[in-house]
Amino acid sequence: MSLAATVLVPLLGLLALFTFLSAVVLSLVWIERKFLGRIQMRLGPMRVGPFGLLQPVADAVKLVTKEDVMPFGANRALFWVAPLAMFIPAFMVWVTIPFARDWVIRNLELGLFYVVAVSVLSIVGLVMAGWSSANKYAVLGALRAAAGLISYEIPVVMVALAVAMLAGSLNLVEIVERQAPIYAVVAPLGALLLLFSGLAETGRTPFDIYHAESEVAGGPYIEYSGAHWAVFYLAEYVSTFALGVLISLLFLGGWRGPWLPPVLWLLIKAYAVILVIFWMRGTFPRLRIDQLMSLGWKVLVPLSFANILIAGVQLYYRWPWWALTLMSVALIVAVSFEVYRRVVLAGGKPEVELVPARELRRKVPVREEFKTTKVSSEGQQG
Amino acid sequence: MAEQPPRPHRREEAPTAGPALDERGTALMALLADRLATFQPQTAAVLDEVVVTVPRERLVEVLELLKGDEQLDFNYLRCLSVVDYKTYFEVVYHLWSLAKRHKAVVKVRVPYEDAKTPSVIPVYRGADWYEREGHDLFGLMFEGHPNLKPLLLYEGFDGYPGRKSFPFHEYNEW
Amino acid sequence: MSGDLTTTRPLDTLELMINMGPQHPSTHGVFRMVVWVDGERIVNMEPYIGYLHRGSEKLSEGELYNQVITLFDRLDYVSNFNNELTFCMAIEKLMGVQVPERAQYIRVIMCELNRIASHLLFYGTFGLDVGAMTPIMYGFRDRERIQSIFEAVSGARLMHNYFRVGGLRQDVPSDFRERMERLLPQLEQGVEECDQLLSYNEVFLARTRSIGVLTKEEAIAYGASGPVLRASGVPEDVRVSEPYSVYDRFDFNVPVGKKGDCWDRYYVRVEEMRESLKIIRQVLAQLPDGPIMAAGVRRIIRPPRGEVYVRTENPRGDFGVFLVSDGTDKPYRVKIRPPSFLNLQAMQAMMRNAYVADVVVILGSVDIVLGEVDR
Repeated sequence: MSLAATVLVPLLGLLALFTFLSAVVLSLVWIERKFLGRIQMRLGPMRVGPFGLLQPVADAVKLVTKEDVMPFGANRALFWVAPLAMFIPAFMVWVTIPFARDWVIRNLELGLFYVVAVSVLSIVGLVMAGWSSANKYAVLGALRAAAGLISYEIPVVMVALAVAMLAGSLNLVEIVERQAPIYAVVAPLGALLLLFSGLAETGRTPFDIYHAESEVAGGPYIEYSGAHWAVFYLAEYVSTFALGVLISLLFLGGWRGPWLPPVLWLLIKAYAVILVIFWMRGTFPRLRIDQLMSLGWKVLVPLSFANILIAGVQLYYRWPWWALTLMSVALIVAVSFEVYRRVVLAGGKPEVELVPARELRRKVPVREEFKTTKVSSEGQQG
Repeated sequence: MAEQPPRPHRREEAPTAGPALDERGTALMALLADRLATFQPQTAAVLDEVVVTVPRERLVEVLELLKGDEQLDFNYLRCLSVVDYKTYFEVVYHLWSLAKRHKAVVKVRVPYEDAKTPSVIPVYRGADWYEREGHDLFGLMFEGHPNLKPLLLYEGFDGYPGRKSFPFHEYNEW
Repeated sequence: MSGDLTTTRPLDTLELMINMGPQHPSTHGVFRMVVWVDGERIVNMEPYIGYLHRGSEKLSEGELYNQVITLFDRLDYVSNFNNELTFCMAIEKLMGVQVPERAQYIRVIMCELNRIASHLLFYGTFGLDVGAMTPIMYGFRDRERIQSIFEAVSGARLMHNYFRVGGLRQDVPSDFRERMERLLPQLEQGVEECDQLLSYNEVFLARTRSIGVLTKEEAIAYGASGPVLRASGVPEDVRVSEPYSVYDRFDFNVPVGKKGDCWDRYYVRVEEMRESLKIIRQVLAQLPDGPIMAAGVRRIIRPPRGEVYVRTENPRGDFGVFLVSDGTDKPYRVKIRPPSFLNLQAMQAMMRNAYVADVVVILGSVDIVLGEVDR
């Protein structure tokens, strides 16, 4: 009995979770390609299965059957371990994430802390991959990833702290239960901060600099192929999905909602958040490393501290929840305007002067160059 | 197909294109002859271009004068070409004035045995790659060029493929 | 052991040498550059070209004049009509051939459509260079429409071989005018959409403004031309300053940038697409009937002895051909003045204080075509 309870049940749970996450990743791949296709006036995948539904499966089969190549001079052990080192933390996060009140493998009291702490471990895998590939682009990408992740971890932690203050708990189930109204309304600043820092942590546009294909040609992944690359891919999508679920849990009321079953509600919310992420991918160019850093350290980190501050003020004086909303919105508006003013309006709106050709022609009369008289075949020696 | 006898050339002596300068061109030609009098250039007109041939020793001086002179103001080097005439090279500088909108051609003759000519980078910065290319394809030394490495061909390429003496169809790379 | 903890000494750092290209997703062909970086900042950059050198100039010396036109198609493979036009014009000028009006007008239409197609390609790839993946789809949608017109007119989508010395190979199809009437509103709307999608995007502005500045003096000194020169504030357009074909009959604007940064180079091209559309409208309104080949041009062309330099405004800048004829049926020497060649050379001047990510953006904003750089 004890063996079954302590080993078998969690093991089965993990297995179910892994299967579920794989299915989610397949669906995300399909949704991303379809959604981007629609943004770009294309159809997206159409050939494999109805509406291209089996395209991700075909991709997975292709990746798994591909040859794994290791570059000459690579550090063999690190090179092969790196994908796992990235995937395992991304997967471990899910141990404590609840899909509904009782749909959780192990509901930890410090659940939120655990999620934040474990998710950042993925960086080790990226740095290992970058270092062991014996490739300068990979090193550059890994360094970018390390710098970006460390900078953006601070706002994530701070936002989690503010949420814990509001809910009075680090237990994810309790955080969801205590949202009335949902925290996206109470603390919109925190929701935005978590979204942006989460984008940077998962390496999504416009913060996808560490694997920017036009600059570092894939960054840490540059030398990977086949199944190992697929593991990176899997880890990345699992992290993206984790971000979507985390935002839904912390700010959108988790599984709560009328009529539909709770699990479905959580999935709907998570997928909605992820669609926003894909939407950004279809719209925005990529930031540069220094811009990413200054956005992180000069805007998001101070804002996340301010977020804690205003949450504390609201709690201490026992103001109604909409006071926090007002303060958040005021901060968002003020900071966005300031950033816009400094980045976009600085130096005025750029424009190009149109000089009419007529005016240019008038300035210096033009020579009648090609109206030369026809040269007869004889005579006119130069 | 039966082999046909080669057709005789219709014209033994090909005609030469005549000059066709407009008023501005004529004026420019007079102006150039005046400004460059000390260099004793050969000035000619080919179609609508004014062509000035100068000795190569004084090329940089001439170009500096052409660039610096207020009325001439040739501040833009359009093209630098090397032409192989089998016994000598001709380096052709096509100049253009952005403000005045007139053009001139400066030519330098370089004998085959002594294939050297001064670099014009001090006057026209943009001549850099042109000269590297000229060195690459024609084996012309541009004296004073800071970095006369191969540009279009790979290091260790044998011969100067721009020259007329380079085998055209018979060349085997491998 | 010194034990002196008070002295501060900068850490010794090594510069990292990165070899970008010839196989790199954003070097636009087989361009290679070696960059030395200190962290993410560029310390030094050295370009290497020649990976696509096919010896076009030498090859031209062994071909008949009409055969050389096909070689010119392959120089700048996204603005073929403009290249063909330049070479044909060089021979026409040497021979003193008057090209019929209709042929001149059709040539202008084709060249301007080609300019739009080329700039749309630039638009898409530049979007990719800054990390936006949607623009290229918009650019290619409209480019595809233009390509289908090219196919209808010349029979080929890419290597047209359509212009001939003295005119055109064949007249345009009978439904040409209707197709153009249909195409132009689509293109006008497409260009507006492209503009709205990217030009004033905040991230795009942050990535391109004040990046890769090329001053006016540098641009002139390096011999830059076309959009690169105009973006630096020099109102120089060969179509205006030395009009060829029938360009002096049309009214259009020359976009001129103010700062010479990447954004200016980008937006000059967007405006140029609009101006090209204006020109095409005017050409279509004036398009006369008549012959498309000059009378008296033989199959085997033997221009008189002499040399000629002709330049036109390519989408990338001032494209010149220096042709030396010795009176035979093959050119004695053909020297091509490729605009990308000089614009690329000017890139070294744009690299001041650049980051690794900027290198890609700067290279994209110069818009090179390696087929033309290497010839």
